[in-house]
Amino acid sequence: MPRLRVGIDVGSTNTDAVIVDEKGRLVYAVKHPTTPDVTTGILNSLKMVVEESKVAKDDIVAVMFGTTHGLNAIVQRKGLLKVGVIRIGLPATASIEPMTDWPSDLRRAVGDLKVLVRGGFEYNGEEIAPLDEEAVRRAAKRFKELGVEAVAITSVFSPVKPDHELRASEIVREVLGDIPISLSHTIGSIGLLERENATILNASIIGVMRRAITAVRKTMKELGLEHAKLFIAQNDGTIMSAEQAEKYPIFTVVAAVSNSVRGAYVLTGLENAIVVDMGGTTTNVGVLEHGFPRESSIAVNIGGVRTSFMMPDFVSIGVAGGSIVKVKNGEVTVGPESVGYELVTKGIAWGGDTITATDVALALGKMTIEDPKCNPERARKLIPQNLAVKAYEYIVRRVEEAIDKVKTKPEPMPVILVGGGSAMLPRKLEGASEVIRPEGAQSANAIGAATALIGATIEKTYSYEQVPREKALDEAKKEAIAKAIESGADPATVNIVMVEEISMPYLPGNIVKVKVKAVGRAKL
Amino acid sequence: MGEWVLSKQDIEDIAVGAAVLGTGGGGDPYLGKLMSLQVLEKGKKIVLVDPRDVDNESFIIAPAFMGTPVTMFEKLPSGLESVKVVHMLEEYFGRKADFLTPIEAGGLNSTIPLYVGAISERTLIDGDGMGRAFPELQMVTFHLYGVKATPMALADEKGNGVILDTVDNFWAEKIARVITIRVGGWASIAIYPMNGEVYKKAVVANTISKAAEIGRAIRESKKHGKNPVDAVLDVTHGYRLFEGKIIDVSRWIRAGFAKGEVLIEGLNEYKGKKMKIQFQNENLVAILDGEVVASVPDLISILDMETAEPITTERLRYGYRVVVVGIPCDPKWRTPKALEVVGPRYFGYNIDYIPIEERVKKLGLG
Repeated sequence: MPRLRVGIDVGSTNTDAVIVDEKGRLVYAVKHPTTPDVTTGILNSLKMVVEESKVAKDDIVAVMFGTTHGLNAIVQRKGLLKVGVIRIGLPATASIEPMTDWPSDLRRAVGDLKVLVRGGFEYNGEEIAPLDEEAVRRAAKRFKELGVEAVAITSVFSPVKPDHELRASEIVREVLGDIPISLSHTIGSIGLLERENATILNASIIGVMRRAITAVRKTMKELGLEHAKLFIAQNDGTIMSAEQAEKYPIFTVVAAVSNSVRGAYVLTGLENAIVVDMGGTTTNVGVLEHGFPRESSIAVNIGGVRTSFMMPDFVSIGVAGGSIVKVKNGEVTVGPESVGYELVTKGIAWGGDTITATDVALALGKMTIEDPKCNPERARKLIPQNLAVKAYEYIVRRVEEAIDKVKTKPEPMPVILVGGGSAMLPRKLEGASEVIRPEGAQSANAIGAATALIGATIEKTYSYEQVPREKALDEAKKEAIAKAIESGADPATVNIVMVEEISMPYLPGNIVKVKVKAVGRAKL
Repeated sequence: MGEWVLSKQDIEDIAVGAAVLGTGGGGDPYLGKLMSLQVLEKGKKIVLVDPRDVDNESFIIAPAFMGTPVTMFEKLPSGLESVKVVHMLEEYFGRKADFLTPIEAGGLNSTIPLYVGAISERTLIDGDGMGRAFPELQMVTFHLYGVKATPMALADEKGNGVILDTVDNFWAEKIARVITIRVGGWASIAIYPMNGEVYKKAVVANTISKAAEIGRAIRESKKHGKNPVDAVLDVTHGYRLFEGKIIDVSRWIRAGFAKGEVLIEGLNEYKGKKMKIQFQNENLVAILDGEVVASVPDLISILDMETAEPITTERLRYGYRVVVVGIPCDPKWRTPKALEVVGPRYFGYNIDYIPIEERVKKLGLG
């Protein structure tokens, strides 16, 4: 009996769904326009791929999906939970209250409820002050009266010592019962404001993530797939169980970029390469490093808020398949405006009146599209040759610039083209040692989701003078492995794929930030 | 000029300008910016006066933060430690401070004093002791004019406080450094107590308004679709030293300094040329095809080619398109005595200091 997996990925234009077999080979693929509510697109593409492929329902053992639900909720300030924010650190930290730097509409959307209490630790694990348990209890009672729906707790230096966050969460639990509680040491690392921001955002999107998961589960049941396990794609190119995703939805907000990068790896087997994912509206250029998306090292801005958590390192440009070609003062540019999924009605080759990047490529014979409604001859006739040449040059130049920006060294690297729009790109690009467009490239994102491994990352800070290096690394590894198994990995297959140690200069005690990532195959 | 009462927009602008004057180091002004914004929201005022409006008999104190940025960005200040150090020095001298002054115009310590001024309800002076950012306590123009850093006050967020009295400013640096580590990585300090007469001789004047002007120029040029880098050069009387793409960054840590080198390959009219910039926390020496074009104490800033956003040394990486900008330092830094404290040789570079105006002229740049 084949053991099939369904992978779904939400893009800015299309929601892709695929079925792959246990070896990761593509069985069937569909595309459905991404809907404003996102959920409808996911449910429809899931139905389409399962029904059209006519595979036996019993053969499907897992459904993996990557979604923009969390990101959209934050950006649009919609459907966010009312979050009670507790910061443990007084007398330190009072000079900058939680959410000081947030856009005021987002602050209001999460309820703008914050309490500072005494406690927290120094960089070496000494207490700044004992935890003020009574103040935590008072805060929890007030949150209860005010109808708070989730709680976010951040303590100073919790990545070194989480004790006060853990104790505070017990107290909150006693008062508020079964309410989602996000603890900052499980979300980010050193850098209080960014970690606190990520923790508050995490708490605020637990509701939308739960609703999305519930909706997918319901559709799975209707399709006769209730036996299949459900996993959600994470920002780092791995997946976690739906149960974990409901606790840590912030780890899913930019998963789409990573799904494509992982899909490119699965389709080519190349462990180190640049991945160009050209969709309908944007082109994301990311990097494969040892088979996983390279992580960004700088603080990232989400919905106007500085945060720090695992994010893939990528460059995004508004030049893609549906991008509109414009002429201004004799200069030809492409994008960032796009016709999106309306390419098939508005594009010149489809009888429309908007010149898009795809029309230009069709006119120049750079790509072919298997669609009876698509007429490249119309594009060739209606688009002036020199406009087409200039627009195409612009597209290629922008992609080459993005490739160069995402690199860390000047040496040429292999470039893998994925996504529907990338068919138009030449097989020679500046900065590329070779350009590959593998079969299945247009569904790489969904294939990346369908074939993803379970992943778990632990970030902790140790003083190697207090905890010997061997012991510290061993402890971090054990925690990462345990977390991967909790996230749904088969224990027999879990292994450590990354150990990173960053020492903190200017501080005594040999303080080191340790990051460990474990991955394993989903237990199905 | 009368009193200058800062608006929220002024604070945002100063933070951007202070990052340009930070020449790649000095710590992110972000923290002080947020503290200042919060204190304004609570109804306090940030008031500055021109150095010329300071009486000779006035008593002046410089508040600042000292320590490792990584601990400061995790264990944020309580705010009260900054007030405490001012009060401690006032009690020591038996006199209320008439004014507070920033010691740095670049980096974190440019925005922190704005907060201290507001929360302690003291008037600030629009000037500082550097006109840029430097890493050590004695690297201020006040030092050149014989002002002692001590008696200085130092306090942590828990309420611990110390008064230091040292034989010279180098000892002040050494002892204060040890204490900041012990109390958790950073401390609030109040240093360089002095009178208005000395201050007016030693100060680098109007640097906070300069930072605000730089920030405003960048903001407004973007709004009007003009080149923000040109705006920075305009306001600072600076030079466009180079334009290009970063092709290599190497770093190493020695004696507590984050040292390194960045190599930039020319673009546009600089095609075929290469610029190397050597840094130690701050950018210190710029070398164009083997020839020094600018060196410390003149300012060398690396800006994003499109946005003119200053790029700190820790964020430099391959692929960035940048413009290298050189800005003349205050003339006070150009005397032989000053160059002993902050010249290229103090930082270990075996080159003579030649003012950027002369170097640029000789090479036909700018």
